[in-house]
Amino acid sequence: MTSEFAVEMRDVVKRFITPEGNEMAAVDRVTMQIKNGEFFSMLGSSGCGKTTSLRMIAGFEWPTEGEVYIEGNAMGHTPPFQRKVNTVFQSYALFQHMTVYQNLAFGLEMEGAKEEEIKKRVGRALEMVQLTGMDRRRPRQLSGGQQQRVALARALVKTPDVLLLDEPLGALDLKLRKEMQLELKALQQQLGITFIYVTHDQEEALTMSDRIAVMSKGQVQQMGTPVEIYERPSNKFVADFIGESNFLEGKIKSLSKNEASVFVPSLNTEVTGMPISAGLVKGEDVVVSIRPEKIRIADKDTKSNNMFRARVTNTVYIGADTHIYVDVHDAKMKVLEQNRISRLDPKSFYVVGQDVWLLLMPENTLVLKKD
Amino acid sequence: MLKRLRENKSAQGTLLALPTTFWLFFLLIIPLFLTLVISFGKRSPDGDVIYTFSLDNYTRLFGYSTDCPNGQASCFDPLYVQILWRSLTLAFNTTALVIIMAYPLAYFIARAHPKKRNLFLFMVLIPLWTNFVIRVYAWMMLLRKEGAINIIIGWLASLLHIPFTPLEMLYTPGAVLVGMVYEFLPFMILPIYTSLEKIDNSLYEAAADLGANAIKTLLRITLPLSMPGVVAGTILVFIPVMGTFIVSDILGGRQVILVGNLIQRQFLDARDPTFGSAASLILMIMTLIVTYFYTRKFGFGEEIVAA
Amino acid sequence: MNPFRRSPFVIVATVLVYLFLYAPIVGLVLYSFNASRANVTFEGFVPAFSDRVVMEGSLVKSSPCGPFHWYCDLAKNDDVAEAAGNTLTIAVTATIVATIIGTMAAIALQRYDFKLKPFSQLSLYIPIVIPEIVMGIGVLTLFSQLFGWVNEAFNLSGDARLSLGMATVTISHIAFMVPFVTLVVQARLQGFDKSFEEAAMDLGANEWTTFRRVTFPMILPGVMSGALLAFTLSLDDFVITFFTNGPGSTTLPIYVYGLLRRIITPQVNALSTVWILVVFTAVLLLQLIQNREQKQHS
Repeated sequence: MTSEFAVEMRDVVKRFITPEGNEMAAVDRVTMQIKNGEFFSMLGSSGCGKTTSLRMIAGFEWPTEGEVYIEGNAMGHTPPFQRKVNTVFQSYALFQHMTVYQNLAFGLEMEGAKEEEIKKRVGRALEMVQLTGMDRRRPRQLSGGQQQRVALARALVKTPDVLLLDEPLGALDLKLRKEMQLELKALQQQLGITFIYVTHDQEEALTMSDRIAVMSKGQVQQMGTPVEIYERPSNKFVADFIGESNFLEGKIKSLSKNEASVFVPSLNTEVTGMPISAGLVKGEDVVVSIRPEKIRIADKDTKSNNMFRARVTNTVYIGADTHIYVDVHDAKMKVLEQNRISRLDPKSFYVVGQDVWLLLMPENTLVLKKD
Repeated sequence: MLKRLRENKSAQGTLLALPTTFWLFFLLIIPLFLTLVISFGKRSPDGDVIYTFSLDNYTRLFGYSTDCPNGQASCFDPLYVQILWRSLTLAFNTTALVIIMAYPLAYFIARAHPKKRNLFLFMVLIPLWTNFVIRVYAWMMLLRKEGAINIIIGWLASLLHIPFTPLEMLYTPGAVLVGMVYEFLPFMILPIYTSLEKIDNSLYEAAADLGANAIKTLLRITLPLSMPGVVAGTILVFIPVMGTFIVSDILGGRQVILVGNLIQRQFLDARDPTFGSAASLILMIMTLIVTYFYTRKFGFGEEIVAA
Repeated sequence: MNPFRRSPFVIVATVLVYLFLYAPIVGLVLYSFNASRANVTFEGFVPAFSDRVVMEGSLVKSSPCGPFHWYCDLAKNDDVAEAAGNTLTIAVTATIVATIIGTMAAIALQRYDFKLKPFSQLSLYIPIVIPEIVMGIGVLTLFSQLFGWVNEAFNLSGDARLSLGMATVTISHIAFMVPFVTLVVQARLQGFDKSFEEAAMDLGANEWTTFRRVTFPMILPGVMSGALLAFTLSLDDFVITFFTNGPGSTTLPIYVYGLLRRIITPQVNALSTVWILVVFTAVLLLQLIQNREQKQHS
C-alpha cells in the first residue's frame, strides 16, 4: 500500500445541468480522507451529495473540479473497470440473464482468471455470504435478502481494496436490515478491507461505522466517530439531523476561558457555565442545544443553577421511555425520561398541566453558532 | 483516439445515432424538400420537370382553371377541391367508425382473463398479417354482385319470400369505406387496448363505491382514461387513410377518386410529377394540421409505440 | 366488480367485430378451392383427381391435384416464385440493417446527450405523421432525379445506367422501418436500469464487453420485437415498393396488385392462403420460442 489513505477526495465539485437548464452543484468542495481498513459512512438525506460522491469514487461520474485519489493515485478520468474498487448497488443490479454463479464469475472472467480459480473463488465467496448451493439459481428466484448477499459476494469476490456500498440494505425489511448491519460489520472486520457506506439511516451509520461524514447540500457538515458526531455536533444542522435536540436561541452575555453564559430570551434568563467551542465571541447570536435525554426533570426545585420551572403540555408513553413535552416560559422543550422502574400507577407519571422543574446541566449543553 | 472518444459522451452519442439520422435525412427529409421544389416547377411536353417558380400547380389544385366551357379565360373547376374534400370526409368517417367498432372489442379484451388476453389479441393480429393488397381483394370478392354478401342476403330474402335483386356494392363510396375500416381496424384496437389495460380494477371499485352506475363509470372513468389510446389510434388510422390509394383503386373503381389516386396517377399515368408533388404537399399539410390540433388537444401518447 | 364485464352489448359487439375481421379471410380461403376459373361465383370444389387437367368452359372438372388444383397451378408459376424471392430478400436485408442501425440510434437517444439529438428524435416521427404516399413519391423523385443526373454526368449507358430495382426498394424500406425499430427499442430501454451497465464496468468489463455481455442480452427481447415489426412492415409494404421498384424487383404485393387489375383466377386466393399460413406459422413459432425462453428464464 502506497498511501495511508484508501480513498481521498480533495476539493471535489460535481456540477450537473438540471433538466430546466440550470447548473447545480451536487457535490460542493468535498474533501475527505478515508483510512485503510476503515468502515466509513456518508450520511445525509437524499440529494445531499453522498451517492454522487460514492459514484465519483467508483468512476461512474467524473469530478467537475478537484480530484479523487485511490491508494494515493489520482484517478482523473479513469473508467470504473480500471479502478480497484467495487460497488454494491442499491438496486443490487444483478444480471437477470445470468445465474448466481455466472454473476459472481463475471468479474473474475474480466480479470482473465482461469476456470479452476474462478470456481474456487466463487465457491468461497458464496460460502462467505452463506449462499452455498444457490449457484445455479437465477436472481429472480431469490428472496430480497439473498439477492443482497449475491450482490455483496459479487463485489467481494474481486477482492477489492475498497468496497463501496450504496444504501445496500434499503430494500430489506427492518429485522433483516438489523441482522445484515451486524453481519456487514463483522465481515468488514474479518476481511480488513475499507468499506465506504452510503446511507440516509443515522442509526445504521452509528451502528456500523468507524467514522461518519454527515453531508448536506453537497458539503460535509462534520466528520468524526459516531460518539463525536452525536455528543459534539459541530453545528446546528448536525445536532438536529443526528438524534433529537432542543434548541434555544440566545446571545453570548459573557465569555471566560472555557465557559460561556448565554442570555436566552425565550427563557427570559441566562444559562450559565456552558462549555464553549472555538470561534465564539461575546455578543454573538448563538443556539444552545441540549438533547432530550440529557435534561433532568424533577417535581421539586432543588435551587441549582440553570434550573427552570416548566409546565407539562403532553406526555407520550412509548415503552422504554416517556416523552414529556413542556413549556418553559416561552420556549417549548422535549424531555425524555427512561422508565427504569416498572409501575402502573398513573400518579407516578407526569401529567398534563403539572408544574415541573428542569435542570439543564451545563456540561450537557452545547453552544453552537447560529446559521 | 479511443481514450478521447471514451471521455466524450456527446461524440459517442452522435456516432451511434449517425447512421439512422443520415439515412432518414437522405430518404425522408431530402425527398420532402425535393417534392417542395418540384411542386413549384412545370411539366415539359415530354413529361420532364422544368425547375422554375410557379404557383400554377397550387392554383389549379384549388380550382383555378383556364379550360372553361363557355370560352371564359378562367373559371372555377371544383374537381380537385372535391377530391380533397372527399378524402378528408372519408378519413373522418373511417376513423369514427373504427373507433366505434374497436372500443367494445378492446374493452372486452382488456377485461378478459389475463391468460386469455394474448389469445384475443393474437386473433386481432392474424388478419393484419395477410397482405394489405390481399385484404382489399378479399372484400372485392365479398362485395361483388355475385359475391358472398349478396348470396347471403338473397338466401335470407328467399326464405322470407321477398323479391331480391343483387345489390351493386362494389365500386361505391360505401365499399371504399368498408375496405378502409377493415384495413385499419386493428391499428385502433391495439392502442385502445393498451390504455384500457392500464386502468386498475380498483378504480372501477372506487367508482362503484362512490355510487357511480355503469354508464357514469364508463363516461367519467373509462373513457377519459383511455383517451390516450384513442388519440394514438386516431393518428395511426387517420393519416394512412388520407393517403391510401389501393383501397379506392380496387373497391372504388373510377367512381371514388381520392387524393392518393390523384397523386399516383400524376406520377405514373398522367406523368405530371409537378402537379402530383403539389397535391402530395397539400395532403401532407392537411394531415399535419389535423394531427397538430388533435394532439395539441389530447397529447401524443406512448400508445403509438405500444401498437 | 366491473360494471361492463358481462354486458351483453360488449359481448355482441365483440363477436360482430371478430366476424367482420374473419369473414373476408374465410371467403378468400374458400374460393381458393373454386372449380370456376373465372372465380366470380363459387362453383364448388374442384371435384376429382385425374392425370391431367380437364376443363369444361371455365370450369375445372378434374385435376392431378384435385381440390388443390390452384395450389399446384401456383407452384408452377415462376413469376410468383420470383416475387416471393424478391420479397424475402428485401425484407431480410432491410430488417438486418434497420435493426442494427435502429438499435444503435435507440441507445444513443436514450443514453446520451448530443447536439443532433432533437433532430434525430424528431425525424423518427416523420413516417408516422406523414402519409406513406407522400414519402413514396418523394423517394421516387429523389431516385429519378439523382439517377438521371448521375447517368448523364458519367455518361452511363446500357446496364451500367442506374435505375430503380432491388437496391432502391431495400434502401427505401430501411428508411421506413428504422424509426419503428428505434422507437420500440427505445421504449424497452426506458425501463432499463443504468446500474446494470455500471455494475458490469465496476466488475472490470470495458464498454464493449459491457454491451456484449450485459446490455445486449438484456435488451434482446426489445430488439427482437423491433426486428419482427420491421420484417412484417417490409413484407406488407405496398406503397413504398410501388414507387421504388423497377424491372426485376416485383414483390408479392405488387404482383398481386398487378393481377387484380387483370384477370383474377383462384390462383390469387391460393397464393393468399399460402401467405396467411406461412406468416401465421412463422409468428406462432416465434411466439412459442419466446414463451419457452421466458419459462427458462423465470
